[in-house]
Amino acid sequence: MSQTNTPPRLELRGITKRYPAVVANDGVSLVVAPGEIHAVLGENGAGKSTLMKIIYGAVKPDAGEVFFNGEPHLAKNPRESRALGISMVFQHFSLFETLSVAENIWLGLDQSMSLEQVREQIAATASKFGLPLEADRPVHTLSVGERQRVEIMRSLMTHPKLLILDEPTSVLTPQAVEKLFDTLRQLAATGCSILYISHKLDEIRSLCTNCTVLRGGKVTGTVDPRNESNASLSRLMIGAEPPALQHRDATLGDVALSVRDLSLTSEATFGTDLHHVTLDVRGGEIVGIAGVSGNGQQELLAALSGESVRAPRGSVLLFGNDIATKNPQARRAGGLHFIPEERLGRGAVPMHSLAMNGLLTRASDLVKSSFISWVSPSRNAMLARDVISRFNVKAGGSDAAAKSLSGGNLQKYIVGREISVAPKVLIVSQPTWGVDVGAAAQIRGELLKLRDNGCAVLVVSEELDELFELCDRLHVIAKGKLSPSIATREASVELIGEWMSGLWEKVV
Amino acid sequence: MDEWVVGEGRVISLEARPAQSNFWSIASPLLALAITVVIGALIFAAMGKDPIRGLGVFFWEPIKSTYALSELAVKATPLILIALGLAVCFRSNVWNIGAEGQYLIGALFGGGVALTADANTGGWIVVAILVAGVIGGMLWAGLVALLRDRFNANEILVSLMLVYVATYLLTYMVYGPWKDPQGFNFPQSKTFEKATQIPRLIDGLRMNIGLIIALASAALLWVFLFRTFRGYQLQVGGIAPAAARYAGFSSRGALWTALLISGGAAGLAGALEVAGPIGQLTPYVPAGYGFAAIIVAFVGRLHPVGIVFAAILMSMFYIGGELAQSRLGMPKSLTGVFQGLLLFALLACDTLVAYRLRVRT
Repeated sequence: MSQTNTPPRLELRGITKRYPAVVANDGVSLVVAPGEIHAVLGENGAGKSTLMKIIYGAVKPDAGEVFFNGEPHLAKNPRESRALGISMVFQHFSLFETLSVAENIWLGLDQSMSLEQVREQIAATASKFGLPLEADRPVHTLSVGERQRVEIMRSLMTHPKLLILDEPTSVLTPQAVEKLFDTLRQLAATGCSILYISHKLDEIRSLCTNCTVLRGGKVTGTVDPRNESNASLSRLMIGAEPPALQHRDATLGDVALSVRDLSLTSEATFGTDLHHVTLDVRGGEIVGIAGVSGNGQQELLAALSGESVRAPRGSVLLFGNDIATKNPQARRAGGLHFIPEERLGRGAVPMHSLAMNGLLTRASDLVKSSFISWVSPSRNAMLARDVISRFNVKAGGSDAAAKSLSGGNLQKYIVGREISVAPKVLIVSQPTWGVDVGAAAQIRGELLKLRDNGCAVLVVSEELDELFELCDRLHVIAKGKLSPSIATREASVELIGEWMSGLWEKVV
Repeated sequence: MDEWVVGEGRVISLEARPAQSNFWSIASPLLALAITVVIGALIFAAMGKDPIRGLGVFFWEPIKSTYALSELAVKATPLILIALGLAVCFRSNVWNIGAEGQYLIGALFGGGVALTADANTGGWIVVAILVAGVIGGMLWAGLVALLRDRFNANEILVSLMLVYVATYLLTYMVYGPWKDPQGFNFPQSKTFEKATQIPRLIDGLRMNIGLIIALASAALLWVFLFRTFRGYQLQVGGIAPAAARYAGFSSRGALWTALLISGGAAGLAGALEVAGPIGQLTPYVPAGYGFAAIIVAFVGRLHPVGIVFAAILMSMFYIGGELAQSRLGMPKSLTGVFQGLLLFALLACDTLVAYRLRVRT
């Protein structure tokens, strides 16, 4: 990027934003040049999202100034920001499933264009930036990657001067990530600046030319990521390098959990049907299921956990016993425990204390069964205190409400609650989703320890790195079908990425 | 975030609290009461009455003598019982709006048993009356559970509509089969035998053992909600249905348990009322207790102790409304105005539990 005398596209000076419990941004300054792809790197809770909302005009800072193209930027709301040329692609899409691509994009624009003009514009923009999209497809038929393209297309139609992308690759296959990066590089070459929010170090190093690192709301460094290593970026981001995991060879036991030709139609309107899913997990191994979200993971997990009991008889076996129509309590009694991806509201009751949340899955240990099943607050508290100390959960004691904990600490509590019963089978969905690096490393370590003790572990995750780090064997789920398994040491990111698009038949 | 500009550039804004305020969860009903009193005084003034005297009728007259207190207890008893049952429902996210109907069927069943008594019947009949009331209320609420469970019918609508069915059933019985032959064709049953009278606590006062039953029920409910696993399961289903599914708690079981408990409690209240203060079946048994108890349950924070206090307050409004009519010549509907004021003031004040007000310049 040539340094000329033109003012920076965006400049933040001393941005501070306080919330009642936390200082989200503390004197943050950063400068983005025209045409620069600038990464904002930080863990969950480092203040990235708040900062972006301030730039986008959705949140007002308590102190500090924002300059856009050298002018003070005083947008009071996102609409004014968009008018100035600031556009944002959110992590969660806001698309109407039943409308076509063109109609969805048309809705977001001012109404000066006809739908026909919008179609032409889409075609033009698509070829210019290598962003293939069929304008007339209804959105519900699109894959997650394609939906993201619709969101990006919607932003590009407004000819932004600054595009903000919030964790855009969390829903993409590795191949789709490469395509996205090509598009972004072309876009930057036209002079549009890009703010790229992520916690994935490899991506930032391959895409971005400048990087601001946040930790605890403060800037800990502004570096050129191309000159950095993962280790050095990680030090800036978390203050330390994540501890390496000990991975020993598996000592395989008997088949613990077995899924036999499970087909199931989804109850949700735009859910995914399962087709002939077959799967075995043995004691002493960790089996991973990779895949882009929305490809049947929720449906499969519900059938395995017992939250759905619609699976055909004989399709889910626990140590050879048919559990397909058993409820979660019966499955837990048989040694199968489950950790869902939603912590608040599913894995834990947000308003209840940690002590009371123990009763969700540990009632058989906690409730004295007689004619009336009595609840004992002291026993509940004892279990919670035990989990808190054993798994190093930072919480205000056993009486702290589940919702008062940070994501990582609540996850540690839930994982601890399920692990401390010494389950024979553990199913985990997104074990470290939205969890800080330290807690993630701890949770992964606990899962490995569990495996070494002979537990059969099934991990469903969208994070390939995590699966490669943890698992002995990998499956891929795509469009409700499950691939055959492959030993992790024989798999590559490219291969799994291909499988994620459902392309394993030609290989096998 | 909501903001209001209040002159000279000052801004009042609502700011989310990091945690719910324990202070305000108790202070909010008190502040709501204060607001109700202030607005009530303004209403008296606007209608040309002395506000002090008007408020006195509502807040002092009902507690100034033993007789007044006894009357207060007579009103509060059904409200406490019904509201306790509703608290179980609402905590389980089951929206039973038809407690009035369950109360009426309880009264009808209890009344039916009372009518079988003759001059030789012993005092044991009271037990049969109360049991019949509970069964009647459970039956009526069980209908709601059945319709919801089998046909996924909305329990709000079904329970509410069953109130009207219950009213017509009562009307039919007192105009038809159970009409007193010596009643000069008035639509009412014969007066119940003396043996059916719910035992009174103090001679000469209408207050009866129903009050003891209601207070004991409040204690039982506390134990059920906070010390039994069943009570815990119900509440998890209410506030976090996905967590209940994850844990494997049956939502059908919760639906039936909650409705049967609240139906039984309302039916018991109905039986206590007809065999107590009323002493016969008339078309005037429905007094709106079943609906007022909804307000009682929420003003009482769905908590047994809170409900007892809220029921006493609500009874004061009932008595105050009647006194305002006879003493001040004001419409009896003032009762409803006060009840509504209190509920809305509470809903507004509850904002302070989760938010705080900030004034910035």
